[in-house]
Amino acid sequence: MRPFIFSKSSALSQALSKKNNTTQFIAGGTNLVDLMKKNIAQPESLVDITTVLPDKITTNTKSIQIGAMVRNTAITNNATVKAKYPLLAKAILAGASPQIRNMASTGGNLLQRTRCPYFYDITTPCNKRKPGTGCSAMQGQNRMNAIVGYSDQCVAVHPSDMCVALAALDATVTLTTKNNKQENIAFTNFHRLPENLPERDNNLPANALIHSISINENPFNKNYAYVKLRDRDSYAFALVSVAAALQLSGNTIVQARLASGGVAHKPWRWTEAEQYLKGKAATATTFSEAATMITKGLKPLSHNGFKVPLLHGAVETALQNCLVASQ
Amino acid sequence: MKQEHSRRFFLKTSSVLAAFAMIPRTAKAFYEEVKNFFVPNKEVLPLTVSINKKKYSIKADTRTTLLDLLREDLHLTGTKKGCDHGQCGACTVHVNGERVLSCLTLAAMVSGKEVTTIEGLANEDKLHPMQQAFIECDGFQCGYCTPGQIMSAVACVNEGHTGSVAEIKEFMSGNLCRCGAYNGIVQSIQKVAP
Ligand SMILES: Cc1cc2nc3c(=O)[nH]c(=O)nc-3n(C[C@H](O)[C@H](O)[C@H](O)COP(=O)(O)OP(=O)(O)OC[C@H]3O[C@@H](n4cnc5c(N)ncnc54)[C@H](O)[C@@H]3O)c2cc1C
Ligand code: SF4
Repeated sequence: MRPFIFSKSSALSQALSKKNNTTQFIAGGTNLVDLMKKNIAQPESLVDITTVLPDKITTNTKSIQIGAMVRNTAITNNATVKAKYPLLAKAILAGASPQIRNMASTGGNLLQRTRCPYFYDITTPCNKRKPGTGCSAMQGQNRMNAIVGYSDQCVAVHPSDMCVALAALDATVTLTTKNNKQENIAFTNFHRLPENLPERDNNLPANALIHSISINENPFNKNYAYVKLRDRDSYAFALVSVAAALQLSGNTIVQARLASGGVAHKPWRWTEAEQYLKGKAATATTFSEAATMITKGLKPLSHNGFKVPLLHGAVETALQNCLVASQ
Repeated sequence: MKQEHSRRFFLKTSSVLAAFAMIPRTAKAFYEEVKNFFVPNKEVLPLTVSINKKKYSIKADTRTTLLDLLREDLHLTGTKKGCDHGQCGACTVHVNGERVLSCLTLAAMVSGKEVTTIEGLANEDKLHPMQQAFIECDGFQCGYCTPGQIMSAVACVNEGHTGSVAEIKEFMSGNLCRCGAYNGIVQSIQKVAP
């Protein structure tokens, strides 16, 4: 690891004023410290932001605000989250381990970097780690990589589970910019596709911080599911995951939400399938048709064709599980 | 003589060409390249940490993880280094009563916090109930992952995640055991669970 200067800040504005190209913020450290050990991140100075960002969950009648420093475990234990936004808790609990969830912050979870094996191996070319060197995964071991939305520059996927639920629930990210102003950005626009700039994972402006996340009250707290398929039962990143939520009137679907992890460079919403489900009867046939709609346009790489049928099954299972959850 | 000249010419041109091929795309990337040739001085920070209810004031390199602080600086070697990348759980300790991975925690960030390691569990000569249970239920074989397993197991009980074998397994999944003592570990936890 390269030597670096470490500093704490007494206020958010002070932390922001310290930010430049060679500085990085540190929250839980579960991603950044690992990347620094592997010389993938080489900040010259680290600014501890754990004491300057909100670490509380606040609620009002219409929405919930989760401070950027709220640890992942704290979200899953929060009574309002459990009652009104249970999909979020469910997705978080499917990720990492209890120790990591105790450390991981809300802001850090959004900004965690891909787990593409070549991104982690500094002896191989990787456009995301070293722009312009090429993408080793494209022709290499890409079983964990994307099946949709990728470019010829990068086929990495975003590794977060929490973010899949936040995408499904149409959350909003609140940023604090360098001049101490707050800005909102729709969660689904926060992360980006690789296109020609694979080194950029998201649209967070340089010198800005994530301040908090908010979710509006919604009717998706009864019929919801998070299905995560991975190489082992627990403590592994998703091959594919599906967050599903239904608003039902009797057996009719009023509204549906469907999002996936492990498939793209950002948490992926299946809006066409959501539209299709609207107004349909909640039956196995409808669910299967929605899954087919999702999987028909996918373009798997050389080693991850298996993700297509896996995803088909995961969508069907998640939608079925939504019905069970209501009991 | 002539040959010496052309060899030198070859070396010169090839290194110029190689240098050109290596010129990175952007100024930032160029800076990153050049940076690698200059290793800055290490930064040292004064820290005050409370470990197993004992205060330590110590100077440490900013790069020091809590795990290395415990093992290398304070010789508290009960906490184990497994993967050093957060993937095995061998380094699990409690910070302010919660289980965390000491290998991904910078020592500088626990300044002023209360750390508990495996050395701090027993009450003088009396083992913590979880330590006793691990002995009685064969919760280990080689013992390397055991300190991390026990720290995690104590937290698992405190958090109330012992409702079923499946729940225990899920909430202990952050601690790997290459010997496969998992059944004994689950039984130890069941024994201590309320
Ligand atoms: C072994 C292992 C397994 C894992 N498995 C899973 C899994 O299955 N599912 C899953 O979803 N995740 C998983 N994770 C990832 C984990 O969830 C993330 O590492 C964690 O959420 C990152 O949060 P942090 O606070 O520790 O971030 P840090 O490491 O502190 O920071 C990450 C990045 O975010 C920046 N940052 C942090 N907070 C802010 C802020 N408020 N504003 C601006 N910038 C900020 C930092 O500068 C840094 O660049 C796993 C991690 C490990 C080590
Ligand atoms: S997929 Fe992206 S992260 Fe992986 S090697 Fe290619 S450029 Fe790098």
